[in-house]
Amino acid sequence: MSNNSLVSISDYSKDEILSILDSAAEFEANPNRKILDGKVIATLFFEPSTRTRLSFETAVIRLGGSIIGFSDAATSSSSKGETLNDTIHMVSCYADAIVMRHPLEGAARYAAEVSPVPIVNAGDGANQHPSQTLLDLYSILKTQRTLENLTICLVGDLKYGRTVHSLIMAMSHFHPTFKFIAPEELKMPDEYKLFCRKNNISFTEENELNENFNDADILYMTRVQKERFQDLMEYERVKNVYTLKNAMLEHTKPNLRILHPLPRVTEIDPDVDKNEKAYYFRQAQNGLYVRQAIVSKVLNSITFKSEKK
Amino acid sequence: MEKKLKVAALRNGTVIDHIPSDKLFKVVSILHLDVTLNQITLANNLDSAKIGSKGLIKISERALEVDETNKIALIAPNAKINIIREYEVVEKRPLVLPEEIIEIVQCCNPNCITNHQPVTTRFHVINNENEILLKCHFCEREVRQEEVKIK
Repeated sequence: MSNNSLVSISDYSKDEILSILDSAAEFEANPNRKILDGKVIATLFFEPSTRTRLSFETAVIRLGGSIIGFSDAATSSSSKGETLNDTIHMVSCYADAIVMRHPLEGAARYAAEVSPVPIVNAGDGANQHPSQTLLDLYSILKTQRTLENLTICLVGDLKYGRTVHSLIMAMSHFHPTFKFIAPEELKMPDEYKLFCRKNNISFTEENELNENFNDADILYMTRVQKERFQDLMEYERVKNVYTLKNAMLEHTKPNLRILHPLPRVTEIDPDVDKNEKAYYFRQAQNGLYVRQAIVSKVLNSITFKSEKK
Repeated sequence: MEKKLKVAALRNGTVIDHIPSDKLFKVVSILHLDVTLNQITLANNLDSAKIGSKGLIKISERALEVDETNKIALIAPNAKINIIREYEVVEKRPLVLPEEIIEIVQCCNPNCITNHQPVTTRFHVINNENEILLKCHFCEREVRQEEVKIK
């Protein structure tokens, strides 16, 4: 196994997280650097995810590396029944690192254990998507100038939303206060509340969105998906209650920023887009710099300040 | 009631007693006794004052290793293991749940890679406020010990 793989946000220590964010800031200042000259990176997308794939591929190209891979399992040999183990071994003959998206949970951990080259997990089913978490952290750091002692409001699907679960894990290094705002059906699972208690992280829970977030520094919105509801009447009610409108932001703190992993549907009204507190499109752009930092780190192409001895 | 041995005494080997009757063949399976060449005596649905109905396994000429007997801890935590030499019990082996369980448990998450590809399962045993949880090494899903599916 290559120890440089990034499978889960919990693979990184606080120092490693901070050094990735430092390096992302340097890439933002100067995104075109040929430090991956001559390197080949494979992007293996066993399920389509255009947004994530384009972001990783742009990151590699701006660093001077080349891309091979596929964007849909139907065009790969896994459709002929090849095992993931064999695909990874075959691709590692050609590529210096593999960025992988897979519909099955645990696929990334398994790939990292059999692969001779580093694996970057670009999402394994409902399990982990660490580059999303790191870009969320980068966006929080950039807009608040610190990660310490922030009040973060998580809204929407807190039961199945992997981005909010990973964010709790990652923020646990920085003394946050959380507010969980979710409909009854999509409440934060007990295991994450237990995690908060064990790590002395204070949190509150609310059922309704309206103006519960006036003391928040970050409002992290997620999509409430119709297929999560058994009762469609309940979905219709929740959908309307969990829509953030511009008027609701009137009494919020001036430093509040609204994040969303995108794509959004109805949970943020388009009238919020013009508000300076709306940050979700720039958040997506930050993903590019963070992924440049991740790919560089797994290939040891940059030395991080904290690792210099 | 007259007390007599229903199965012959063992000279050398391992006796596994007090296995709940519905778990006997699971124990046979996880210890791979179905393919071993040693002489084996199986008994099931014996009367037990403690658990009502029990199963028993005698394996001749083989003392099970600690990592083998610990596999039983997951499905029959109250089973009694005795290592026999010349008809004498030379060791009463306590059952300890290992920190990691390889191969014998199936992940309960239908979307886990281990349920779709030829991957050896691996679980971390977590002691969590009075209950024991098994966390899949791959998909990270946790399951309570009582809900574990044995392959």
